Amino acid sequence: MIILRLAWQSLLNRWVTALLTILAIAVSVMLLLGVEKVRTGARSSFANTISGTDLIVGARSGDLQLLLYSVFRIGNATNNMTYESFEEIAADPAVDWIVPVSLGDSHRGFRVMGTSSAYFEHYRYRRDRRLTFAEGKPFDDLFDAVLGADVAATLGYRIGDPIVVAHGLGDISFAEHDDKPFVVAGILEKTGTPVDRTVHVSLEAIEAIHVDWQSGAQIPGQAVSADDVRKMDLTPGAVTAAFVGLKSKLSTFKLQRAINEYAQEPLSAILPGAALQELWGLIGTAETALGAVSVMVVVTALLGMVTMVLATLNERRREMAILRSVGARPRTVLGLLVAEAGLLGLLGAVLGVVLLYLVLLVVRPLVDTEFGLYLEIGWLTSREQLSLVAIVVAGLLAGLLPALRAYRLSLADGMMVRT
Amino acid sequence: MDAVHFRWPGRDGFALGIDGFHVARSERLLLIGPSGSGKSTLLSLLCGIVTPDAGEIRVLDKELSSMDAAARDRARVEHFGIIFQMFNLLPYLSVIDNVLLPLSFSKTRRQRAAEARTVDAEARRLLDHLGLDPQALASRSAARLSVGQQQRVAAARALIGRPEIVVADEPTSALDRKHQRHFLELLFGEAEDAGSTVVMVSHDETLAPEFDRVVDLGDILVNHVPAASR
Repeated sequence: MIILRLAWQSLLNRWVTALLTILAIAVSVMLLLGVEKVRTGARSSFANTISGTDLIVGARSGDLQLLLYSVFRIGNATNNMTYESFEEIAADPAVDWIVPVSLGDSHRGFRVMGTSSAYFEHYRYRRDRRLTFAEGKPFDDLFDAVLGADVAATLGYRIGDPIVVAHGLGDISFAEHDDKPFVVAGILEKTGTPVDRTVHVSLEAIEAIHVDWQSGAQIPGQAVSADDVRKMDLTPGAVTAAFVGLKSKLSTFKLQRAINEYAQEPLSAILPGAALQELWGLIGTAETALGAVSVMVVVTALLGMVTMVLATLNERRREMAILRSVGARPRTVLGLLVAEAGLLGLLGAVLGVVLLYLVLLVVRPLVDTEFGLYLEIGWLTSREQLSLVAIVVAGLLAGLLPALRAYRLSLADGMMVRT
Repeated sequence: MDAVHFRWPGRDGFALGIDGFHVARSERLLLIGPSGSGKSTLLSLLCGIVTPDAGEIRVLDKELSSMDAAARDRARVEHFGIIFQMFNLLPYLSVIDNVLLPLSFSKTRRQRAAEARTVDAEARRLLDHLGLDPQALASRSAARLSVGQQQRVAAARALIGRPEIVVADEPTSALDRKHQRHFLELLFGEAEDAGSTVVMVSHDETLAPEFDRVVDLGDILVNHVPAASR
């Protein structure tokens, strides 16, 4: 007990350096735990980019490729699936709902996606959140468009603004569907998913703007006006992919197999959850690197602490001699320095946790709206508790270094140090 | 001390031999010797900080030289009150905590200190008797005292719990002449009350009249190799 009291008093006496050391440890602890929080938050946000959808169906390709272009709007579909196949799957008794996805056009760098209004009803992210409208409503007219939050924010669009869809995916396109402009009918709330960066139009509209096109260019002399196109049959010939919701999860694998073995054309059906995990596994190396960096930061902070204790050691030889003269054993001197290091480590860890929660409370809403990253504020996981214990133990062990030196010094000096 | 020989490990040349050196109980003894003559080494031997390579050191009829390190550390706090030349106090403790420090390491001294009154009151009594106002100083940080005040606090610490022997290593050399006399008077007064023996080393022979007996270190040393560089 006397050791702890002496250690505490001694630290109080040097409170400026002690406080700085504690702060350094606290910040490093906060960083370590913060990285862990961001990691798990990113992972679950990522895994919840799309939820509530049981199968994603597209032309035959790899699981990841289908996931990337249908959900993340990255890359291109190699092939489309026919509308007949789409309707056949839709008619399957196991299917509760089906949402078509038609990609290929863009608007000033943002992908344009043709879909049905069922999309706004059935698309779910982050477990069970649905898409909500910040302004306006789902598309009603043929040339209505619904913008993701980022599209509206970046390009400064309001309800009623006209937009022109470009053919193809380039940032700047020379082939524009400028004869059939769209009108912004709705703007979605921020979701933190690729939905934010998507321009949604109806499937029929996609068909309409391509009625008089062939091989990536308008057919000369056959232009159909925006008014005329409304009278035409706009049933699409093909869609890029489809999101499928089932009545019962139990039929998932049965339907998946049926689609994969579909005889009329080569199709793929994937489970979004499994594909997302696979994708995370690919980009997950970054999280290991982050973790390694924060461990290094903690090591640096502990080294700083050892330096601080070591640096004061020489001027404290006198103190050791006094303690020896009143009966302290060399072990007590050793214990005193280890206790000091332990106190620094412990206080640093506790302050680090407090800082972490303070920072989390402040930045959570910000990170959620800005990056769509939902950080869980729960009690420390057992893994985090374990790393805290490890840090305090490492602090004690680090304290042994100067302590052993003090032990040797106090054995050699006895109590006759003249300073 | 009989036929004691000691050599500091790793320090070339310096060795100390003492044929016979005895102090009676309750005696006030002054050891005189110039710097580097081995005074501090003698005190280290006496207090059991180091053990002799040969010979025997007996303190209060117990043989110190044959005890293990832990027993010597215990014996030191039980029987000795030690005052250094200067910088006696832990700067981060209050005056009263400095005085109470030995009691944390010795049950015997704690019990003895608590015989008449609480240990806190005993510490304050000692401070008061040594000419320090406990009311004003007790809770003050030890680092903020003058040298003279610090030495008196050190004396209070050496005396609390009435150890049998008070060892002082040039305790007055940092004080001016007037304060030296005063300090010794106070120290002896308290040591007498506690029945403690006082062994003090100094290079200052003018202090001699205050003591029962004066020993010149040169007279008891044999085979002595003075420190070359100290």
